[in-house]
Amino acid sequence: MEITDLTDRFGLLLVGLVAFAAVLMALYGIAELASRRNRSKLVAFIFLLPAVLFLAVGLVYPAIRTLFMSFYNKDGSEFIGLDNYHWALTDPSALQTLINTALWIIVVPLVSTALGLLYAVLIDGRRGERTYKALVFLPMGISFVGASIIWRFVYQYNGTGEQIGLLNQLLVWVGIEPVNWLNTFPINNFLLMVVLIWIEVGFATVVLSAALKGVPTEIIEAARIDGANSSQIFWNVTVPSIRSAIIVVAVTVFIATLKLFDIVRAMTRGEHKTDVLAHNMWDQALRLGNDGRGATMAVLLFALVIPVVIYQVYNVRRQQLEAR
Amino acid sequence: MSAKTSASEAPAKIGESRGERIRRMLSSRTASLVAVLIAVLWTIPTFGLFVNSFRPTDDIRATGWWKMFTEPSFTLETYNYVLYSTSQGGGLARNLINTVVITIPGVVIPVTFAVMAAYALSWIEFRGRNLLYISIFALQVVPLQMALIPLLSFFSRGLSIGGVTIMPAWELSGVQTIVQVWVAHTIFGLPLAIFLLHNFMRELPGDVMEAARIDGASHSQIFRKVALPLVTPALASIAIFQFLWVWNDFLVGRTFGGGLATQPLTAVLGDLAGTRGFGWTRLPAAAFIAIIVPLIVFLLLQRYFVRGLLAGSVKG
Repeated sequence: MEITDLTDRFGLLLVGLVAFAAVLMALYGIAELASRRNRSKLVAFIFLLPAVLFLAVGLVYPAIRTLFMSFYNKDGSEFIGLDNYHWALTDPSALQTLINTALWIIVVPLVSTALGLLYAVLIDGRRGERTYKALVFLPMGISFVGASIIWRFVYQYNGTGEQIGLLNQLLVWVGIEPVNWLNTFPINNFLLMVVLIWIEVGFATVVLSAALKGVPTEIIEAARIDGANSSQIFWNVTVPSIRSAIIVVAVTVFIATLKLFDIVRAMTRGEHKTDVLAHNMWDQALRLGNDGRGATMAVLLFALVIPVVIYQVYNVRRQQLEAR
Repeated sequence: MSAKTSASEAPAKIGESRGERIRRMLSSRTASLVAVLIAVLWTIPTFGLFVNSFRPTDDIRATGWWKMFTEPSFTLETYNYVLYSTSQGGGLARNLINTVVITIPGVVIPVTFAVMAAYALSWIEFRGRNLLYISIFALQVVPLQMALIPLLSFFSRGLSIGGVTIMPAWELSGVQTIVQVWVAHTIFGLPLAIFLLHNFMRELPGDVMEAARIDGASHSQIFRKVALPLVTPALASIAIFQFLWVWNDFLVGRTFGGGLATQPLTAVLGDLAGTRGFGWTRLPAAAFIAIIVPLIVFLLLQRYFVRGLLAGSVKG
């Protein structure tokens, strides 16, 4: 590394921050003037301007363009109607991508939420609860790429010599032949899911454990006095009480799963039939240079979150009505 | 809450037979065992990588990390190589600096703009406020993949509608491409930040705001002197969120970060990990350099992080 590497980068950082501060002061100055004249709508406009501008130009407009691009060929020069969608639904490898995505969005939210709930219940009120929680929560701070590298070393396969991956070494210790995990379809898909589950269980545990603390002990005592056993109490009292937290966790993990790019990219690059929508979208557009197909994959991805968007908006509307 | 009763001591309960008590202690043992098992399973992989990062690369290639305890070997050479070597797979110190240079504005800009927007959405009356809030809220769920390709061409070719150039191409080169990453992170970070901050802003006591209004304070004064100090803890939560997201990001940095020299560390690592090149034995050390900073921040500020998490998920 040379000294110019440092000065270039930190110089840019300084310029960027100074420019940002200048923009901010200008905006705030105008807002201040407008406030003094009691033009509160103008104040609202100025406060909202940067955010709305960024979102409109950087998210809404591009999203609409992506929708249009999905009806065009690879460089956007020719309108080809639904050909890209036809490809996505008939091409064997594209179809495999869709099937994998479907598996991911079913398995990962389900297992993460269930394991998170189980763990939260197991450690609730236990001595050292905070340590237990921290250990499982820790992967949340690790990047998907970091997690992928961590797990690559667990799954590693050596054709000759000693096994260096823990999983294969465990097999060797119990006398089973080691497996080339990441190249073996279909198990490789589930092994990739394990990495995301490993990250998301911590999130589920923390949220659900907080929800468990909110369940009134009176109800549980009452149920116990009525003769309910532990599992009856769990299924008939605890779970219904924290239902909304469970749904929130499952939905959040669902969205994270759908957008997942990093783990597939860093572990298999989508080879050996492990591709998913969010990664294939990138691969089509940026590696294979087919913008049309990439856009199509993005639109399919978006189609899968539309139900969640509707559900969320419905929830917010209801909350707003209740608050009134 | 069923685990409450199965806490480790299991004292005798009134009206409980001996059989019931034994069963209860047994299930308590099983519960402990499962909890410990999960905790161990969740820790071992990271620990293994950590151990491996200090082993000579020849050892990594030949044996598993657990051999460290029977045949100890220790080196910092790999760390030195990945950070400073000018050979292939080295020189990541530069990318680490890129990450820092990307992360600071990548957190400061969206959080600042978000807090302004959240104030306007919570406390200034104007027509269409509700619709605007719900639109931003819905954007939160839109996958950023939806915007990737057009946004990239927006940077490289500018924006023109019907032949009219609205924004010329940015034509950034070298280190300047980092500006694109700032902008992209600002765009993708805004919806969640606005949503979370709006949750906090809305909860501020209405009578305090009202009193300030009556005292003749303007909106910009209330924002600066009343609202901002009150939401500082929330700002901390959201800044940590955004920090972890930007530092750990792969997709945005890889797509908008230009060449190898200007990409953030995680993006370079992600590509290194995906190719099974001969440098894979240096991955543990390289990965740890990328992991350690967010991990420390995460551990120290977990309280704030959890608060933001709960505000965003349970309440919302």
